Amino acid sequence: MSNTNPLLDVSGLTKHFPIKGGFPIRRTVGAVQAVDGLDFQVAEGESLGLVGESGCGKSTTGRLITRLLEPTGGRVTYRGQDITHANRKQLAPIRSEIQMIFQDPYASLNPRQTVGKIISGPMEINDINPPGGREKRVRELLEIVGLNPEHYNRFPHEFSGGQRQRIGVARALALEPKLIVADEPVSALDVSIQAQVVNLLQKVQRELGIAFVFIAHDLAIVRHFSQRVAVMYLGKIVEIGDREDLYDNPRHPYTRALLSAVPEATVDEEPRERIRLVGDVPSPINPPSGCRFRTRCWKATEKCATEAPPLVQVEGNKPGHLTACHYPETEPTIPAPRLSKDPEAAA
Amino acid sequence: MFRFLVRRLLGALVILLIISAVTFWLFYAIPRDPAMMSCGKNCTPDMLKQVRHNLGIDHPIPVQYWYWLKGIFVGRSYGDFGNCSAPCLGYSFANREPVLGTIMDRLPLTLSLAFGAAVVFLVIGVGAGMIAALKQGKWQDKVASSASLLGSSLQIYFVGYIAMYFLVFKLGILDNPSYTPITQNPVKWVSGLLLPWLVLAIIFTANYTRMSRSQLVEQLSEDYVRTARAKGLSRRNVFLRFAWRGAMGPIVTIFGVDLGTLIGGAIITESVFSLQGVGRLALDAVNKSDLPMVLGVTLLSAGAIVLFNIIVDAVYALIDPRIRLA
Amino acid sequence: MTSTDQQPFLSVKDLRVHFSTEDGIVKAVDGLSFDLVKGQTLGIVGESGSGKSVTNLTILGLHDRDRTAIEGEIVLDGKELLTASEKELERLRGNKMSMIFQDALASLSPYHTIGTQIGETYRKHTGCSKSEARKRAIEMLRRVGIPQPDMRVDDYPHQFSGGMRQRAMIAMALVCDPELLIADEPTTALDVTVQAQIMDLLKDLQQEFGTAIIFITHDLGVIADIADDVLVMYGGRCVERGTKQEVLRDPQHPYTLGLLGSMPSLQGPVDVPLTPIPGSPPSLLNPPSGCRFHPRCAFAEKVAGGLCSKESPVLEVVDGRGAACHLTPEQKRELFADFAGTRHN
Repeated sequence: MSNTNPLLDVSGLTKHFPIKGGFPIRRTVGAVQAVDGLDFQVAEGESLGLVGESGCGKSTTGRLITRLLEPTGGRVTYRGQDITHANRKQLAPIRSEIQMIFQDPYASLNPRQTVGKIISGPMEINDINPPGGREKRVRELLEIVGLNPEHYNRFPHEFSGGQRQRIGVARALALEPKLIVADEPVSALDVSIQAQVVNLLQKVQRELGIAFVFIAHDLAIVRHFSQRVAVMYLGKIVEIGDREDLYDNPRHPYTRALLSAVPEATVDEEPRERIRLVGDVPSPINPPSGCRFRTRCWKATEKCATEAPPLVQVEGNKPGHLTACHYPETEPTIPAPRLSKDPEAAA
Repeated sequence: MFRFLVRRLLGALVILLIISAVTFWLFYAIPRDPAMMSCGKNCTPDMLKQVRHNLGIDHPIPVQYWYWLKGIFVGRSYGDFGNCSAPCLGYSFANREPVLGTIMDRLPLTLSLAFGAAVVFLVIGVGAGMIAALKQGKWQDKVASSASLLGSSLQIYFVGYIAMYFLVFKLGILDNPSYTPITQNPVKWVSGLLLPWLVLAIIFTANYTRMSRSQLVEQLSEDYVRTARAKGLSRRNVFLRFAWRGAMGPIVTIFGVDLGTLIGGAIITESVFSLQGVGRLALDAVNKSDLPMVLGVTLLSAGAIVLFNIIVDAVYALIDPRIRLA
Repeated sequence: MTSTDQQPFLSVKDLRVHFSTEDGIVKAVDGLSFDLVKGQTLGIVGESGSGKSVTNLTILGLHDRDRTAIEGEIVLDGKELLTASEKELERLRGNKMSMIFQDALASLSPYHTIGTQIGETYRKHTGCSKSEARKRAIEMLRRVGIPQPDMRVDDYPHQFSGGMRQRAMIAMALVCDPELLIADEPTTALDVTVQAQIMDLLKDLQQEFGTAIIFITHDLGVIADIADDVLVMYGGRCVERGTKQEVLRDPQHPYTLGLLGSMPSLQGPVDVPLTPIPGSPPSLLNPPSGCRFHPRCAFAEKVAGGLCSKESPVLEVVDGRGAACHLTPEQKRELFADFAGTRHN
């Protein structure tokens, strides 16, 4: 990653969704703090993974950097241009360079359009006429994503789930983007099909040099796909770093707990010791003071409640590996300490 | 719930205010002079001026509207035409009596017509829909579906006259439509309105059959219905306690809208059966350019629709705990 | 079954479930047999359309009877279920056998409180009073780890978090101490940390009550965590079975091998591409001839005479272990070894 000239530079990114209420006149009475002060960069051709559990703000982040949503605060800079509050007109040239792939390949394709029409849509909107015509380009794209170019005139319902996701990829590639934000692109697919699509995305990323922000809840797939990974919890990044550093030497207790909870398809003689997090993720309307993870953390002290830990390179981290914790983990690898299994203990 | 009702009722008042203002203003776009009509054939310019003054239409429109609004709260005097005590919705040029009184005279018939028909089409429509949903694909379903298709393509003036001809004049099964207040003679009330109820219901039933069938079919394929079966509950129990509950919401919604509309006057039905309800009143008022009456009837129907919308939302919240009223 | 000394509590023999649809006959399950003893967990692995969910709805008798043709035998504790009357099945469901589903929000009634829904199962099968049922519901909520159960019992499902809803569903399924619990992807919609909590809960409850569990999932990682035995389904048939150690360490069917190759791992090398299974799952309306996996199989041409596309391989089970594949053991040893080299775990 080059800090000097990143493709995408996000700093202090914040999104609060207002909550309406009150009587007799409705007004804003609070906010869902979906994303609260994110800093990260994405270099050209690099893949950054965003992981976290539902409600951590990873999908909102994806929508903020593609400017499907407007940030409440902070700054999003794409290739040196501030797009935080850019209007439709200013965004138009950038929209073709930043594309998005969605989770649900059924819902995100118009069922009344042919595949050819779907994939050439972005070219029409942006009035782009590739040499040889749009149809030729669409056929090339179909070839790239592993579909039969002859299927140009078919409709989405004639394809399987995995094939539909390939159509989504082809559409995203139509404008030769520099950055693709993929929001859970494989989680709706069968295991055997997931691997096909992951391999396709990997091929696209490498051969076409496209940068990715890869949003997923599956830690193994993120590790497989992204060189750098950021772990989110309740609207904040708790840890970010190169995948080897992060997965082999997680410093944030949450990262460690998350990794230890992933079931692996291996049968060990001795069952892997697991960290069991108790309770539920607190509400983003009224997140805990200080460190947001403290209510479920086995290391939390007074300090964690009063002081929000900054996201920094804590002692022992390699460069680029940042952790937001007052008491970072020191043991290099899993297994880690075991917590009480009684959920009522925390309640 | 209280907050919801207060907020919605305030909103309803604003809506009614806007509707009255728009109706008021639109009326003057019609190139007809109500004073001319009230004044009669041998009208001198002086008399016309006097009539205008008495009717209160010699002021600019906003001032007239203000007087009208004021009349609702403090009443109003119409000179030679007489007085109209609060709440005064205006004075009918054509009928020479206060608007509100006329409407109140006609309302019992319209309410009887609306509620009676509603009971008939709700029971028959939803009943047929339930049977069709339970017997999906079987003959009962096909009969109900065909009947509802036929019903929804019929028109009142067609069915109404045919039914009159056969059931009343030829066969004499039903009484000639008439209105007797329920307080006077309940039996006559029913027998006089039975034909209009049935005819109105034919038109509306179809909608309810289709709606309740599709809603129930959808609910029966919901995951929680499967869970209820997996718990060991019987098919009947699941149908009544689970599927039916979910299907109720949309049915209540269209029922509220239909009832609100009917209370504003079933113009065609009342005309076909020569019943002097609110619908006929509205028709006559429009023909006679009787602004205060038009305004009064418009507000009544708008008020009924707005009110039933609020009721529907409140009932919805009772049916579905996920809906929070605010 | 590994523990042959115990009588099977549930025995499914040559089950065939065929639906008639407008497009033709769907062979959702086509000749499936397995046994399950008390206190054991059978993991059924398969992708969409493998027939795994249909199998379990059929055990409970919740399939659409008008449109389904069923052959075979399902025996629960000596009772034949396929010939049982609806009334008899209603007595068994929720009582002796119960089921938990994937999407707890959709699977719980939005119109009734959690307490009502748990209590009504108990009342149906014990005939107790409303207040007793409520007490039982609170006790069950406490047992599945819902904090403040006496207050939460009157909540509606939408007021619960995803993990708590799944706990409530488990409480509902276990309220009558069933002897067979069928869990259909119960953790798929949950986050990993919550998934871990739920799997712990199921394991604890199983130890306490000796429940037999059928755990349906597409995730071999979950299987490794919770199952004793594994049954891999593909296209309505069982392609491989054995203990989880046997199946995960030494897969004997190319499909199982392919599933393992499709899954990235948290450890090991990062820059090795995944080895996915090409193509898509088969249509059950018009399944492939012979071995249903052969159009996607990397080794089909290694079998002489195009046997894979002509003849359906037989699943021979010895000591609970077997795979339905035409490859010889020698071929597998050789071919799968290469393949295993690229595996991620």
